[in-house]
Amino acid sequence: MKVKVISRSTDEFTRERSQDLQKVFHNYDPNLRTQEKAVEYTRALNAAKLDKIFARPFIGAMDGHIDAVSCMAKNPNHLKGIFSASMDGDIRLWDIATRKTVRQFPGHQGAVRGLTASTDGDVLISCGTDCTVRLWKVPVLKMMDFSDSMEDVSKPLAVYVWKHAFWAVDHQWDGNLFATAGAQVDIWDHDRSEPVNTFEWGKDTVISVRFNPGEPDVLATSASDRSITLYDLRMSSPARKLIMKTKTNAISWNPMEPMNFTAANEDCNCYSYDARKLDEAKVVHRDHVSAVMDIDYSPTGREFVTGSYDRTVRIFKYNGGHSREIYHTKRMQRVFCVKYTCDGSYVISGSDDTNLRLWKAQASEQLGVLLPREQKKHEYLDAVKERYKHLPEVKRIVRHRHLPKPIYKAAALRRTMMEAERKKDERRRAHSAPGSMPVQPFRKRRIIKEVE
Amino acid sequence: MVAKQESERLMPAAEQDISDELELKAKKYLRGDGANLEVLRDKKLKGQLTVREKLYGQSAKAAAKAEKWLLPSEEGYLEAEGLEKTWHIKQESIIREVDVISSRKPFDMILPELGPYTLEYTLSGRYMLVGGRKGHLAMMDMISMDLIKEFQVRETVRDVVFLQNEQFFAVAQKKYPYIYNRHGTEIHCLKEHGPPLKLQFLNKHFLLVSVNKFGHLHYQDVSTGEMIANYRTGLGRTAVMKANPFNAVIGLGHSGGKVTMWKPTSSKPLVTMLCHRGPVTAIAFHGGGHLMATAGMDCKIKLWDIRKFEVLHTYSRHAQTLDFSQKGLLAMANGSKLQIWRDSYGNQDYGPYMSHAMVKGYQVGKIAFRPYEDVLGIGHSMGISSILIPGSGEPNFDTWVANPYETTKQRREKEVHALLDKLQPETIMLDPSKIGTVKPPRRKEKPTKKETESEMEAAIEAAKSITFKKKTKGRSKPSKRTRKKQDEVFKAKRPFLEQQMEERHAKKQRTTEAELPKSLQRFARQRA
Repeated sequence: MKVKVISRSTDEFTRERSQDLQKVFHNYDPNLRTQEKAVEYTRALNAAKLDKIFARPFIGAMDGHIDAVSCMAKNPNHLKGIFSASMDGDIRLWDIATRKTVRQFPGHQGAVRGLTASTDGDVLISCGTDCTVRLWKVPVLKMMDFSDSMEDVSKPLAVYVWKHAFWAVDHQWDGNLFATAGAQVDIWDHDRSEPVNTFEWGKDTVISVRFNPGEPDVLATSASDRSITLYDLRMSSPARKLIMKTKTNAISWNPMEPMNFTAANEDCNCYSYDARKLDEAKVVHRDHVSAVMDIDYSPTGREFVTGSYDRTVRIFKYNGGHSREIYHTKRMQRVFCVKYTCDGSYVISGSDDTNLRLWKAQASEQLGVLLPREQKKHEYLDAVKERYKHLPEVKRIVRHRHLPKPIYKAAALRRTMMEAERKKDERRRAHSAPGSMPVQPFRKRRIIKEVE
Repeated sequence: MVAKQESERLMPAAEQDISDELELKAKKYLRGDGANLEVLRDKKLKGQLTVREKLYGQSAKAAAKAEKWLLPSEEGYLEAEGLEKTWHIKQESIIREVDVISSRKPFDMILPELGPYTLEYTLSGRYMLVGGRKGHLAMMDMISMDLIKEFQVRETVRDVVFLQNEQFFAVAQKKYPYIYNRHGTEIHCLKEHGPPLKLQFLNKHFLLVSVNKFGHLHYQDVSTGEMIANYRTGLGRTAVMKANPFNAVIGLGHSGGKVTMWKPTSSKPLVTMLCHRGPVTAIAFHGGGHLMATAGMDCKIKLWDIRKFEVLHTYSRHAQTLDFSQKGLLAMANGSKLQIWRDSYGNQDYGPYMSHAMVKGYQVGKIAFRPYEDVLGIGHSMGISSILIPGSGEPNFDTWVANPYETTKQRREKEVHALLDKLQPETIMLDPSKIGTVKPPRRKEKPTKKETESEMEAAIEAAKSITFKKKTKGRSKPSKRTRKKQDEVFKAKRPFLEQQMEERHAKKQRTTEAELPKSLQRFARQRA
């Protein structure tokens, strides 16, 4: 007869010395693990609860301005610094780690409306309602400077005076030109005191301008005649114009998918468009209850942050119809500008109450260096929460956010109004001849027309 | 396309075999069929699910490869040569053929004075707890063959069971179950349970289940100490209880031949099956969750498919105890004779594999397969024995599930993680894979009369339990309070009564409606 019995020798399965690692054996057989789904569900529930316990997104406020913060700029070569400008002409460079001002750039006589850094990060360009464009030299931030923390004052490299007040400025991602928005769109070169080129379509002021990260010569602007216009610098006339029902306050291109951009609109929604096909919005991002003032994409291109007139900052997924996260504080008033930091971990909001606030992009993220075991555990918990987030108990916890009462009530009111409108529409359609009232998807509803 | 086919043909036959084998193994790790993505119209969701299905396929393949090449131990086997039959082979001849470590595993401990013995192994198979009817308790480490603790409780001991690890165990003594720790110190006396006959521990839920002399089932959470449930089975005294390891459902065998299955959140059994024509003497569940073996006094052993609740096979034998091993071998014992059966072809048709006869006069009380070893432990009237059954245990353990070579640190960590992942009693159900699935939508079915009645009752209960603010200055007279309460109850009842009236009205309307001309069709009353 042939016989074999399981026989394990203890040496093979235990470690020899105490300095060795413990031996781990895997058998992935599902029969050894009973009730897997129940265990996963319990872990998802516990993970959702722990997430809420650890959700402390507010890191700190950067105090210093004496008037509302009107715009911010990030320097692509320095992760730690952010520029901000206020309504009284005060421009500051902040160190995010210590949340202190490193450099001030005084000079503007009126409100500063636009700030941007050049491609190599050496020059800061600002424009304002005093009809000037100023170029500043950015100090090289060395490690030693922070221990001094002496607030230095810089003199501008150049001051260019022009005929009309400016509303926004943006620099090419890869080049030497920058564009300003005012009565028309002007293209400037660093060394020329006059614009190199001018674009105009219609007689209304242009209120925001953004260059495309992928194509250095393409830019998008929004004007007060409720339009979004796309320009190409290589052509002498504007390329395309899209007229919507309400004004767009800000535009941001997706850095990872440069053909898509998202427009922050006055009607509390953000609309994502494909620049090649402007007749229909790709996604409508709804959740704010008042006009969306500013928008910025994360460097991963997967999320964007919006700041709105309703005193909240929301973070949306690039293809999500509703916000993933909402940040609010009693002390934060109307949010005028938001920026996602270049490493994708933080969000900075500049608001009416003269403060810049630093928030975490993932509210319950553990900052600092994580051990690989910790990292794996976080990834596992995220994945298991993702798998069971549709179940009622888990969904209730994951979705729960405390909203300030005015926003909660405003949102409920909006919902009632939209529901009433929808019902009326439905009834009209039901009582008219079938096919005489076509259903228009919401993505198209807010667009009036597209013009070449 | 053509080039690919040619290259497949050129692959040597051996490689083709291996890839077929791996594909077969990978099926097990896929845990069922993939989702049908053709019927989806939402393109975004379809894209996301296709990616996920691909990942599942990859992980199943990786697991199959790991199973084929990376597992440290191999299964045991016993093959007879020539005209020999495996069930004639005796333990002595097996012990002679096997290596030294394994030849030390079978033993006979003769303890004649202290009554029939019952035994229990921990989930890792390392520790064994032995309880004699006259109160003799002993815990042994089976790998080093050490006696950890031995003591006398001076009372009848009917059953012993380990709790979450070898640190604690519960003993069903004469009047109540007691919990002891590994030093033999009595930690708890669970008075609420009453005189217990059998104990079972549900590992993932930390629930200690006992059935007592009066046929009452008690569920107690040993981590918080809370008594979760206490049910009267209504079917009298029963000493046959087993926990189904697949779904943590408790199976009880009753003297009328019925087998009932219980979960802690319902006072009526989940399933009641009439299995035998006489009392049920033993019940055992297969680890895979689809087989149940029951033995009755009508000299029958039946194999049931629990998913369809049908008999698969019936064998004419007597059995006092039954147990399934990790690899699906079925051990049955009657008197001093033991038989181990197995399904050689995987089609659930069990046939004799091995047999063992003890000294005549020894009555087998309890048999238990040792996890992760090819050993069967027998508790009988004169002590305990263990015999070798090649091919019964799972050769490869997973460190994160059950580790026979656990250190103290690992044991503590495991306990903490088990407590963090403790399942709630509500998760016990007949089909544990239903968690996370979506109930198909009711197609405008009217709720049944029972459901509406229960809803109405629930609403009335809620209304009755509303507490009103106590008013001062003579505004809270008893008459006013009762009036308020009655109003609340009426408010709760009203929607249901209205619905009933509506239905009656609708019925009348439907019978008296004539055909309307086409232009007036839109004004016809809509049938909800």
